[in-house]
Amino acid sequence: MLITCPYCGPRDVSEFAYQGDGNRTRPDPASTDGDAWHAYVYERLNPAGPHNEIWQHAGGCRAHLAVIRDTVTHEVSSVRFARDHGAPAHVRRKSGAKA
Amino acid sequence: MSPRRTPSGGRIDRLRTIRFTFDGVAYTGHQGDTLASALLANGVSLLGRSFKYHRPRGVLTAGVDEPNALVTVLRGDVREPNLPATMVEIYDGLVAVSQNRFPSLNYDVSAVNQLGGKVLSAGFYYKTFMGPVIGPLKGTRFWMMCEHFIRRAAGLGRAGQAPDTSRYERMNAFCDLLVVGSGPAGLSAAREAATSGKRVILAELDPQFGGSANWSGETIDGEPASAWTADIIGELKEHANVRLLKRTTVWGYYDGNTLAALERVSDHKAAAAKGAPRHRHWVIRAETVVLATGAFERPLVFPGNDRPGVMMAAAAMRYANQFGVLPGETIAVVTNNDSAYRAAAALNKAGATIVAIADLRPEISDDCRNLARECGAELLVGHAIIGTEGGKSLKGVKVAHFDAASGVLAGEARNIQAECLIMSGGWSPTVHLASQAGARPVWDAELQAFLPPEPDKGWLGAGAFKGSFSTAECIVEGFVAGRQAAGLAQIEVETRPHIEPAALDPRPAPVFEIKAKGKSFVDFQHDVTADDVRLAHLEGFVSVEHLKRYTTLGMATDQGKGSNVPGLAIMAEAVGKPIPEVGTTRFRPPFAPVSVGALAAERFGDLKPERLTPMHDWHIENDATMYPAGLWFRPMIYGDPGETVEQAYVREARTTREAAGIVDVSTLGKIAVQGPDAAEFLDRVYSNVFSTLPVGKARYGLMLREDGMVFDDGTTWRLGDNDFLMTTTTANAGKVMQHLEYFLDVVWPDLKVHVTSVTDQWAGAAIGGPKAREILASCVTGTKVDNEALPFMGIVHGDIAGAPVMICRLSFSGEMAFEVYSGAGHGMHVWEALVEAGKPFGMVPYGLEALGTMRIEKGHVTGAEIDGRTTARDLHLGWMLSKKKPFIGSAMMDREGLTAPERLELVGLVSLDNRPLNGGAHIVLEADPENPHGSLGHITAACFSPMLGKYIALALVSAGKSRHGKRAQVSDPLRNRFGPVEIVSHHFFDPEGKRMHG
Repeated sequence: MLITCPYCGPRDVSEFAYQGDGNRTRPDPASTDGDAWHAYVYERLNPAGPHNEIWQHAGGCRAHLAVIRDTVTHEVSSVRFARDHGAPAHVRRKSGAKA
Repeated sequence: MSPRRTPSGGRIDRLRTIRFTFDGVAYTGHQGDTLASALLANGVSLLGRSFKYHRPRGVLTAGVDEPNALVTVLRGDVREPNLPATMVEIYDGLVAVSQNRFPSLNYDVSAVNQLGGKVLSAGFYYKTFMGPVIGPLKGTRFWMMCEHFIRRAAGLGRAGQAPDTSRYERMNAFCDLLVVGSGPAGLSAAREAATSGKRVILAELDPQFGGSANWSGETIDGEPASAWTADIIGELKEHANVRLLKRTTVWGYYDGNTLAALERVSDHKAAAAKGAPRHRHWVIRAETVVLATGAFERPLVFPGNDRPGVMMAAAAMRYANQFGVLPGETIAVVTNNDSAYRAAAALNKAGATIVAIADLRPEISDDCRNLARECGAELLVGHAIIGTEGGKSLKGVKVAHFDAASGVLAGEARNIQAECLIMSGGWSPTVHLASQAGARPVWDAELQAFLPPEPDKGWLGAGAFKGSFSTAECIVEGFVAGRQAAGLAQIEVETRPHIEPAALDPRPAPVFEIKAKGKSFVDFQHDVTADDVRLAHLEGFVSVEHLKRYTTLGMATDQGKGSNVPGLAIMAEAVGKPIPEVGTTRFRPPFAPVSVGALAAERFGDLKPERLTPMHDWHIENDATMYPAGLWFRPMIYGDPGETVEQAYVREARTTREAAGIVDVSTLGKIAVQGPDAAEFLDRVYSNVFSTLPVGKARYGLMLREDGMVFDDGTTWRLGDNDFLMTTTTANAGKVMQHLEYFLDVVWPDLKVHVTSVTDQWAGAAIGGPKAREILASCVTGTKVDNEALPFMGIVHGDIAGAPVMICRLSFSGEMAFEVYSGAGHGMHVWEALVEAGKPFGMVPYGLEALGTMRIEKGHVTGAEIDGRTTARDLHLGWMLSKKKPFIGSAMMDREGLTAPERLELVGLVSLDNRPLNGGAHIVLEADPENPHGSLGHITAACFSPMLGKYIALALVSAGKSRHGKRAQVSDPLRNRFGPVEIVSHHFFDPEGKRMHG
C-alpha cells in the first residue's frame, strides 16, 4: 500500500502511523455535552469501503494527512493535509445502532 | 530398474557428471538435472513416505506442484526439510535424505497405519482424542498427552537445530511491467514491452527460461521451440530496461500492485559465489503485471493413484524431453483429455513401450486414434484404471469398462503389466496470483476449469493462465498483453505463428474420479482421500472453506495445486450441486514456500537501535551496571566490589540524602515548544496553568488523555515569552511528541506554535543532597546559585568549566537538587567537572535503583503508577486540575466511574515482617495461599528505605486514603510471598518538603 504524501511523494505505508478515524470533530473545549464527548473519544466508523482516516507521515515529514482509503481494497483515493482540510463532520449514530 | 536415462536427448549436459547422495547412497547425474530426474535416471522410484498412512510415494510431477517427493537437503549441520525433489537442482556434493520414515524409507514401521485406513479418516484425531469429560485427563489433557506421539508419527521433515549460516538479502524493484512466467506467452509479452523502452522484469521460477518450450517438443515457425526461446532471451538481454530473473518465484500479490518474489540465487551450487546471498527477497512494485503463469495438470482420483510409478502425463513427457529420463520402460496411460496422447507419443519416441491407453471418454478424435496407433499402444476407449499393483513400485494396472456419463464400471477387470502409469485429469490454470489480487475465478464448463475473470486495472493475462492451451494462442496473447501493458497501440497480427505438431483439443471429459474399492487420493501430500471428502459432507460440512479445514485438503506445502479442483468436484457431487455453486477457496500467499531467512534478510538479531547518553562511557568506566530503559541504557547501580544490588542502592541513596549524589537525566524527553501561542497551547495540553509562569521559572505539569486518565508528567521551563522547554518521562517522549503534533496539526491548526524534539541536543545531570548547593557554587561561574538568585523552580544560565549550562532548581529525590543542562557535546565535560567538584563533599553517582528508592520515599509517581488506568485524583494530584480553563481530558475526567469512592488510590505500604515486597503483589484483607482472592489493589513499586530502615512500597489500593493506618496482607501466590503490611500515606519521608526547599 502506498500513500502519496503531498510533501514527500508516494511512500510505503510502513512510513506512516495510523492516527484514527477522520470522521470526528472535537467538541468545543468548553462544551459539557457528554454525548458529544463520548462520540468523539469512543465512537469510530468502521465502513467496508471508502473511509476518512488520519495518517501521520511519522517516518518522513511528520505531517498529518486526511486520507480516503477503501478498507476493502486498500485503494487510496485522496490524500490532503489534515491541517488545511480538516476532518469531515462527524457522522453521529443513534446509540446502539450498528455502523 | 524401471526408470532409466535415455541414450540421447534432453536438455542436460551429458558431458558434465555430478555426484550426490540420497539417503547415504552415492549417485551421479548431469548438469541440468533436478534431484527427481537424477534419481529417476538411477532407477530410484521410491522417494518418500506419506504424511498420515506412511504409504510409499514416488515422483508425481516435474515442478513446483510436487506433493509427494519431499526431501531434506543437508548442508553441514543445517538442514532444510520439505523441499520438492522436482525443484532441487543437483550439485556436486549434494546430500539429500528422505523424510517421515523410520527406520528407513524401504522398511517403515509406521506403514502399519495403512491397515487402519478406515479408522484414520478425516477428523480422526479430533474425534478420538477429545478425552474424557471427568478425571485427571479431562478436557484437552488426554489430547496433549497423545499429541507428542502423534506429531512424531505424522508429519513431514524435521526442522534443524543448527543456526542457518547462509546470508539472505532483500531488494526493492520498480517496473512498468512485471511478466510472471517465461513460457511462450510470457516471453512474447516481455519482448513486445521491452522494445517500447518500458522497464520490464521477467520472472521465471525454473532454472531456465522458456517454460513449456523446454519440453514440448514443438517447433515454432520451423525452428525448435527451445531455439525460439533462446533467440528471445538473447534479444531481451540486449535491453538495458529489462531485468531477467530466473529461479525466481513470484509468490505474493498484494495491494497497490506490490508483488513479492523469492530468487533462489545459490541453492543450485555447492557454495554461494563470493558476495552472493543464498536467497534474495524481491519486493516489486509494478505498474502492470502480465500473468503468464501457465496451468497445472490435475491427477485423476482412483484406487492406488499414489503408488510410485504413477505420474502426471505432462511430467513424464517433461522427464523424457527435458531430462532424457524415462519414468518406465513399459507405460500405461489413463486420461480424460487429449493432452496425454502427446505425452505418450513423446515417451514412445524416447524409447518406452506404451502398453495401453485407457481413455475415460466414450469417443475420441481421429487425432488421438492416430497418435495411439503411431506409438503402438492398445487403445481402450471407454475404459478406466480401477487399481494399481505392486508394492513400492508399480507392477501393473487393473482396467475395466467405464461409462463416463454415469461413472459406472462394467465387465471383468483386466490386468495390464506396466512399470509406469501416466495420467491426465485435465488442466487447472495457475490463477493463484490473480486470486490473491482479489479476482474471483470463473468456472468454465468447456475446459472444466476455473479461469481468471476479466482482468482488472492491475494485471493482464496471457496463455494457459487464461485457458488458452495452444502455443500459437499463447504467443499471440502474450504479444497483445505485452503491447497493452506497455501502452502501445495494438496492431493486427498478420500471420499466427506456425506450430508443429498441431494443437489438440484441450477440452476434457467432466470425470474427476473413478469409484472403485481402495484408497483414492485427492490430496497426496496430506493423505486426503475421496472418501474423506464424502465423510466430511456426511458429517455436515457443506462450505468448501469448512471442507478444506476439516480434511486439510489443499493445506499442505503444495497448497493443493493439483488437488483443489478434484476435491471440489467430489464435494460438489456429494452435495448434489454443480461445481461453480460449491465455489472455490481464495488462494493466499505464498504461492510456494518461502524461506523465512529471505524475509528477514539482513534484519535479524537485536534490531533495536541503542540510545546512549553523552555520559555513557563514564558510567561504564565507573562500574555502572547498565539497564535498558526503552531504547536507552541507564546506570542501575554503581556497585562496589562484593556489594549486592540492594547494598549498592541503599548506599547511594543514603549518601545522597546525607551528602550529595549525581544522576544522569539526559534520557528525559525534551521538546522545544515555541511560538506566539506557545503558552496558550500549554494551557490546553496541561491540566494546570502555564501562561502565568514567569520567564526564568519552571513548573511541574500534568497531562491527561482525552478520556480523562493521566497521560504523562514533567517540568516545563519558560526560557522566554514564546519559548518553553518541556520535559517528559523517558518512556513517553515519543508519545507526547506525537500527541502535541496531532493537536497542532489536526485539531488546532490556527495556533502559531512549533514543537521540536530536542532530547538528543541536551545532556542533563541532576545533583541533589544537603551539599548540592555548595558543590554547584564551587564550580559554576557567571551566576549565583544561592536561594535568592536560584529559588525553588528558578532557572539560571552560567558556565561550568567553560561550558555554558542552564540550571533549574527542581527535585525528584526530595533533596535540595538542581538539574544542570548543557549542550550534548559538552555533556561529558560538564559531568566530569561536577563529579570533580563533588569529591570534597563526598558526592556519589547514583543509578536508577537509588533514584527509584528516593522517589518511593517521597511518594512521587512514575510510569508504574501512571499506567493508563489512573486519574489525577487517584494519584492525589487533583490539585493540579485547573478549574479556570478547559484542557485535554477535562471534559471526560469527572465521569461517574472516574470519581467513584472505591477507585484504586495511591498509598504507601510498610512491610511488617521485615521482608521485601514485590511489585505486582496483591493487597488483601486476609491472605489465603490456597485460595487467593479478594484483591484490594496491587503494589506498583517497592524498595528498602534507608531513611526508614524498612521495606516499603507504593501501591494502588481501593479507597486507599481511608485505609491509612490500617493493616492488610500482601498476597503473591506466584512468588509465594504472603505477610502483613501497614497502609500509610505515600509521603513516607519529609512530607513537608523541608529538605528540597532548604
